[in-house]
Amino acid sequence: MEQVVKNPVIEVKNVNKSFGDNHVLKNFSMSVLPGENLVILGKSGSGKSVLIKCIISLIQADEGEIIVLNSPIQELEQDELDHLRAEIGFLFQSNALYDSMTVRENLEFPLRIHWTKEERAKGAEAAVKEALEDVGLLHTINMMPSELSGGMKKRVALARSLILRPKVILYDEPTTGLDPITSREISELMVSVQKKYNATSVIISHDLNCIKITSNRVIMLIDGTCYADGTYDELSKSTDPKIKEFFE
Amino acid sequence: MKYLKFLDNEFFKEAGELSHFTARFFRELSKPKQEYEEFINQCFWIGYKTLMLVGVTGFIMGLVLTIQSRPTLVEFGAESLLPSMVSVSLVREIAPVITALICAGKIGSGLGAELGSMKVTEQIDAMEVSGTNPFKYLVVTRVLAATLMVPILSSLANAISLYGGFLGVNIRGDVSWNLYWFQVFKILSFGDVIPSLIKTFFFGFAIGIVGCYKGFSSQKGTEGVGRSATTAVIVASLMVFIIDLIAVQITDLLGLT
Ligand SMILES: Nc1ncnc2c1ncn2[C@@H]1O[C@H](COP(=O)(O)OP(=O)(O)OP(=O)(O)O)[C@@H](O)[C@H]1O
Ligand SMILES: [Mg+2]
Repeated sequence: MEQVVKNPVIEVKNVNKSFGDNHVLKNFSMSVLPGENLVILGKSGSGKSVLIKCIISLIQADEGEIIVLNSPIQELEQDELDHLRAEIGFLFQSNALYDSMTVRENLEFPLRIHWTKEERAKGAEAAVKEALEDVGLLHTINMMPSELSGGMKKRVALARSLILRPKVILYDEPTTGLDPITSREISELMVSVQKKYNATSVIISHDLNCIKITSNRVIMLIDGTCYADGTYDELSKSTDPKIKEFFE
Repeated sequence: MKYLKFLDNEFFKEAGELSHFTARFFRELSKPKQEYEEFINQCFWIGYKTLMLVGVTGFIMGLVLTIQSRPTLVEFGAESLLPSMVSVSLVREIAPVITALICAGKIGSGLGAELGSMKVTEQIDAMEVSGTNPFKYLVVTRVLAATLMVPILSSLANAISLYGGFLGVNIRGDVSWNLYWFQVFKILSFGDVIPSLIKTFFFGFAIGIVGCYKGFSSQKGTEGVGRSATTAVIVASLMVFIIDLIAVQITDLLGLT
């Protein structure tokens, strides 16, 4: 059998994290290979958001090692970290659009650090328009976030996390709270941008349709550890009651 | 240990965290690369939001103070001292402190609510992820803007309240425009104007730092944002009085009274 050895894009090794007495992640390990679309499934409050915030170093893990694009993210200096973060797109569960800025300014914001002034003068407008076109919302460019619907906000937030052409994209519940049609649109959008940018992604989701469309591997986070690991089809046929719960 | 128990209370914890926050402000300020554009924006917004309020209050203060002081002075037959007396009280104390209190209400609550809601909706995290230092972009610019704008607003309030004083003098009496200003400037010395100007910088700094601190340390939820905004106003107003108290002691010691 021929084996292609690929370096994982994200590697999480034996990570522990607790808030006071609340032990959220217990010796959690996982790795994500290039081009993979990994879905993390788990109950509300099981620590999924905490996990991907550890991956981008918004939360510091108590113990363990996290390697993203071959860099140990916990040990980087601030400017190295900023550089690495430019390669990572992050879609927040709450969208986190800057509500005092227009859609255009929201999308331009990541560019102000990572592009030089000349680059911005030349290319910002085109980059913003392209990113908005990808999500089908070019007409909202001069609106404020408060004027957008929930689904539109999600899509603008997605456009913002894609504007720097990241190699890795982390999605925190991209379809929660949306109607089935919009959530299907967003899932398909995610697949098409992943193809376009050739990105690797980690998706947190409970939405079975979204998982079916986007994933090529699923991890179940139960009691702070990686409880199961397999493709959507494998897990959905599992007889383990803890896993079955999610697929009913 | 028993005697140190009193240290374990909210007040001291807050005071400690606030000093920590202030120290961080100076650390971030000394790092290279400032956000000039955002600073200018914030100066504009602070001015824009408070100008009208400060102007109207200043005018009314000058007018009312003059009208109310007249009877007492008349009793002592010192009516001609009215412009001098009013201008000294306005410039030394009333205009700066009232301006600072208005700013504590308007700017302090604004900062607490703005940064608080950015905090709970993860906008501050989003900034950090996109490579911008949120402390530098949000806090440093806003604190500096408040430090610069409160003195400017207070000087403006001085001028407008003195004009109110002029009208107040002329409601019952008759003092010409030139004579009024002659009397005002004759009595006002550098010892009156400069210390009162200097203390307004401290007022501005305190208002900015308290507002930002409260916003930045907001707890989850919209209720947390509301609480940040109200406590920002309370603490900032209290700080204004404490700074005023310290300032009067210092000017007193320096013999500037
Ligand atoms: N900043 C924090 N301080 C204290 N506890 C926290 C913090 N962030 C998360 N937690 C705790 O960690 C646990 C996991 O939270 P997390 O947000 O990761 O859940 P989740 O799996 O993303 O759930 P959901 O699907 O509802 O988003 C929760 O019990 C929460 O109370
Ligand atoms: Mg979550």
